[in-house]
Amino acid sequence: MSLSINLTINGMRRTVELDDPRVTLLDLLRERLDLTGTKKGCHRGQCGACTVLLDGRRVNSCLALAVSNDGAEVLTIEGLAQGEALHPIQAAFIAHDGFQCGFCTPGQIMSAVGLIQEGQVGDDPERVREGMSGNLCRCGAYRGITEAVLEAQQTQAQDGRKEAA
Amino acid sequence: MNRFDYVRPATVPEAVAAAAVPGSAYLAAGTNLIDLMKGGIVSPKRLVDIGRVPGLDRIESLPDGGVRIGACVRNADLAYDPTASKRFPAVTEALLSGASAQLRNAATVGGNLLQRTRCAYFYDPASACNRRQPGAGCDARAGDNRLHAVLGWSESCIATHPSDFCVPLAALDAIVEIEGQAGRREVALEEFHLLPGTTPERESVLMPGELVVAVRLPGAATRFATHARYLELRERTSYAFAVVSAAACLRIEDGVIAEARLALGGVAAKPWRTRAAEAALVGVCANPEDFRRAAETGLEAARPSGDNAFKIELARRIVVRALALAAAGTPERVPALPGSPFAPVPGGALHG
Repeated sequence: MSLSINLTINGMRRTVELDDPRVTLLDLLRERLDLTGTKKGCHRGQCGACTVLLDGRRVNSCLALAVSNDGAEVLTIEGLAQGEALHPIQAAFIAHDGFQCGFCTPGQIMSAVGLIQEGQVGDDPERVREGMSGNLCRCGAYRGITEAVLEAQQTQAQDGRKEAA
Repeated sequence: MNRFDYVRPATVPEAVAAAAVPGSAYLAAGTNLIDLMKGGIVSPKRLVDIGRVPGLDRIESLPDGGVRIGACVRNADLAYDPTASKRFPAVTEALLSGASAQLRNAATVGGNLLQRTRCAYFYDPASACNRRQPGAGCDARAGDNRLHAVLGWSESCIATHPSDFCVPLAALDAIVEIEGQAGRREVALEEFHLLPGTTPERESVLMPGELVVAVRLPGAATRFATHARYLELRERTSYAFAVVSAAACLRIEDGVIAEARLALGGVAAKPWRTRAAEAALVGVCANPEDFRRAAETGLEAARPSGDNAFKIELARRIVVRALALAAAGTPERVPALPGSPFAPVPGGALHG
């Protein structure tokens, strides 16, 4: 069975031929499109390392079948920076040491992008921690991660106000 | 994961026809099914993807003041729906206390009802499990079973149903709309899941090929909106399944409980509504002694199925605390840690 799907990945339209419906969105990105920034941690929806934005919402790409998401827009860690300029969340993770080994970081950052877009947590660190609980960090950089998310959210809110003014 | 055929029907009748082929399974988001297939716990020959069937992703307001929630509505969309969360705040709190934000963004209403137990022996194909393989035996009976059922279990199976969402649904008389080749039928959520008995492999009243198309919350259940809570004890504060949980909904008139709804999660193979405890609450003032009596009534039939006697007393205490929280009133906004027992009861002690 051959299945052809279209995806817009980091703004670029891609047509992908799938010879097997079992391919997850994660495996498609990593193994077939050379987008290895998205990480495979547990492969079972428990660790969050594979988090991407699917049609603007953060999801575990390891549990999504590529074939079911024909026509979707996908944003991965590779699509965040504008050339050499880091996305504010990437810069905040560096400023606050929001990582140690770095393996969970792409998932953490994509999850933070989704969390800020969802707009449910405000500046409450407890809500940020709860909202980021789907991303495990075995180095234990949670404190820096929470600070980075809070700061990035503030920066984006300020930028938003400036643009509106 | 086994190889499977993939079909994407365009309508509900097409989906039902496609799933009539033996060995078929419905796929919505796949947050549970794909995981089960990766582990070799289930191996459907054909996936019928209902993710794009029009109409299944809608939340509709009903003339009686209730809501009808399509089977493919995502957990997060229901939790942040202003109408549904205002009318049924315990449902919102239960949804937001479950899983992670990523999973809630994907997982659907129908999938939540039909998610499989998290019993480790069910998940391990090398272990004996009557639910996975009828007649194989149950390794949980003499295994690591401290989180297993204390109500409604049998010698065949002591697994629990892991859903948070289903607990307030059971308390609030939700109705499940089912479509099959023989037409449409409706079942009370309370009757939807089956206790294991001697056939634990039969987990719900769904016949092969039947599809859950919607869940309805009746308008009558909105009268609990000002006193409705979900409380869930977990082994970590977020992103863990319930050890024990409770949905408590009260209607209070002049300081006296006029009507009560109470259901427990994490204690049985189905969300456990306790009508005896509800009846015991009617006509009493909302105080801790009355709540304790109701909790004892609600857990009267509870028996340990292994190393889990602690869950019975824990369930009683969760009931008392959930009732105290409900009596204090639904908060304006779901707390920062939804369902968490670490939040103090207004006007009361943190523990006790």
